[in-house]
Amino acid sequence: MIYVDRYKCGYCGTCVAVCPEAAIDLLETFIDINDNMCKACDICVKICPIGALVDEE
Amino acid sequence: MKNRYDIVVVGAGPGGSMAAKVAAMGGLDVLLVEKRQEIGSPIRCAEGVSKKGLKKFLPQIKKEWISCEVEGARIYSPDGTMVEMAEEMAGSEVGYVLERKIFDRDLATLSGDAGADVYAKTNVTDLVLKDGVVKGVKGKHLGRSFEVECNLVIGADGTESKIGRMGGIDTTLKPIDIESGVEYIMTDIEVNDLCNFYLGNDIAPGGYAWMFPKGDNMANIGLAVLGKYLIKKNVKRPIDYLNKFVKEHYKDGKIVSVVFGGIPVSRPIKTISNGIMLVGDAARFTDPITGGGILKAMESGIMAGETAIDAIEAEDFSENELKKYEDKWRPTIGMKNERNYLIKEFFINLSDEKLNDLARSINEVKIKEMSVTGLIAMLIEKNPKTLENLSEILLKYL
Ligand SMILES: Cc1cc2nc3c(=O)[nH]c(=O)nc-3n(C[C@H](O)[C@H](O)[C@H](O)COP(=O)(O)OP(=O)(O)OC[C@H]3O[C@@H](n4cnc5c(N)ncnc54)[C@H](O)[C@@H]3O)c2cc1C
Repeated sequence: MIYVDRYKCGYCGTCVAVCPEAAIDLLETFIDINDNMCKACDICVKICPIGALVDEE
Repeated sequence: MKNRYDIVVVGAGPGGSMAAKVAAMGGLDVLLVEKRQEIGSPIRCAEGVSKKGLKKFLPQIKKEWISCEVEGARIYSPDGTMVEMAEEMAGSEVGYVLERKIFDRDLATLSGDAGADVYAKTNVTDLVLKDGVVKGVKGKHLGRSFEVECNLVIGADGTESKIGRMGGIDTTLKPIDIESGVEYIMTDIEVNDLCNFYLGNDIAPGGYAWMFPKGDNMANIGLAVLGKYLIKKNVKRPIDYLNKFVKEHYKDGKIVSVVFGGIPVSRPIKTISNGIMLVGDAARFTDPITGGGILKAMESGIMAGETAIDAIEAEDFSENELKKYEDKWRPTIGMKNERNYLIKEFFINLSDEKLNDLARSINEVKIKEMSVTGLIAMLIEKNPKTLENLSEILLKYL
C-alpha cells in the first residue's frame, strides 16, 4: 500500500500525472490513493519531488 | 450555477481562463470551474515569460501581474562557464517574472467579464457520457454534488490531466516525459535583472536549476530533474538537489515559500475525442527544453475556445469537427514542441565535459537573438562537426 506523509506532501499532483492506473486524485491539500485501483508500481513514489509517498509492503 | 451550458471548462489556470474568455466573447454560455478555493494558489511555477509572447495575447499588461522585468539570461555550464544572452541596449527588457497568484486570478476575472460563469472550490469528478458522447459533467461545489449538461468539455486541468483520461485519451506521463520540480522563493538574495540557468548532471540531471529575480533581494530559485533519473534505486530527490544547490550558491538566503510541481516534457499527444478538447499542461504543451508552459496554455486555450464557437454553431461535437483544434496547434505549438523534444533528447545525453566545451565555444560571443533557437544556432556555427546531428534536427524543422 502507498502511504502519503501529509507533513511532507506539497500537493502538487506530479504523482497524479504519472499514475498508469489513474488511481490518484488531488483534492486541494489532500492526495487520495484508491487502493483498489493501485497496482503498487511505485512510479508515484519515485517521481515525488520530496519523497512524500512511501510504499509500505 | 445553471443546469445547462454550451461548454464547461475544467481548471482556471491560464489555459482554461483564456478558453473560457474566448468562448464567452463568441457568445457561448460558458462555465469555468476551478477545484481550488483560491485560483492561482499555491503556485507551481517559476513565473518567467517573454514580454513579446505575453503582449500577443494580452495587449494590456497590468503592473500588478509583474514582479520584475528582466533584460536577458545567463546560462552556466557545470564548471561555471557563463554564456550571456542580453539585448544590445541596456534597459530593453525582454522578459517578465510574473506574480502568478494575481495574474491567474485576473485572467479568470477576464473570462468572467466576458460573460462566463466562474466557480472556485468546484471540482469536476466525472464526465457524463452516453454511448461515448459527452452529455455533461458531475462534480462537487463547496462539498455539494452537482451535475451540469453540456456537449463540450475543455480539459484545462493542468499536469494531472484527468479529464482526458475520463474521456478515453491516455495522458499518463512516463518518467522519461516529466520533470519533477521544486523551488524556493527566497529573500536576502543578491539579484541582477537577468534570468539565470545552471546546467549539470550533478546539479539537475536531465533538467536545470534556475534563479529568476522576483524584485528587491528576492528570487525564485528552483530546479527540475527528469523522471528517468529518479526511478533508479537509492537516488537523490529533487529536494536534495535543491538543498545542495542553495547551499552552494545562495546559502544566506531565507526561504519564504516552497513550491512543488511536475512539468510535462513529452512529444505532442492526442488532444481531442468526442466532445473533449485538452489545452495547456493537460495537453502536455509545455516546451520540452525550457519547461515553459504559461504562453502555450494561453495560446492553446484561445485555439480551443475558437474551435468551440465553430462546433456549437455547427452543432457538431464529434472528434472529426474538433480536428479543427488539432489543425490549429499542430503546425504551431506542435511543430516547435516536436523539434524541441528532439533537441532536449540530444542535450540531456551530453556529459558535463561536453557541456563545458560547448559553453566555452560561445562564452565570448554576443548572442543577439534571445531565444533557444538563437543560442543553438550560435552553438552550431561554432561547433559544426560535433553538433552535426543537432543541425540536422534544426534544418528538418525550419
Ligand atoms: C516548478 C515549475 C516551474 C515552472 N516554471 C515556468 C516558467 O518559468 N515559465 C512558464 O511559462 N511555465 C513554467 N511552468 C509551467 C507552467 O506553470 C504551466 O505550464 C502552466 O501553469 C500551465 O497552465 P494550465 O492552465 O495548462 O494549467 P494550470 O496552471 O496547472 O491550471 C490547471 C488548473 O486546473 C485545476 N483543476 C485540475 N483538475 C480539476 C478538476 N477536476 N476540477 C476543477 N479544477 C481542476 C487545477 O487546480 C489548476 O488550478 C513551471 C512549472 C513548474 C511545476
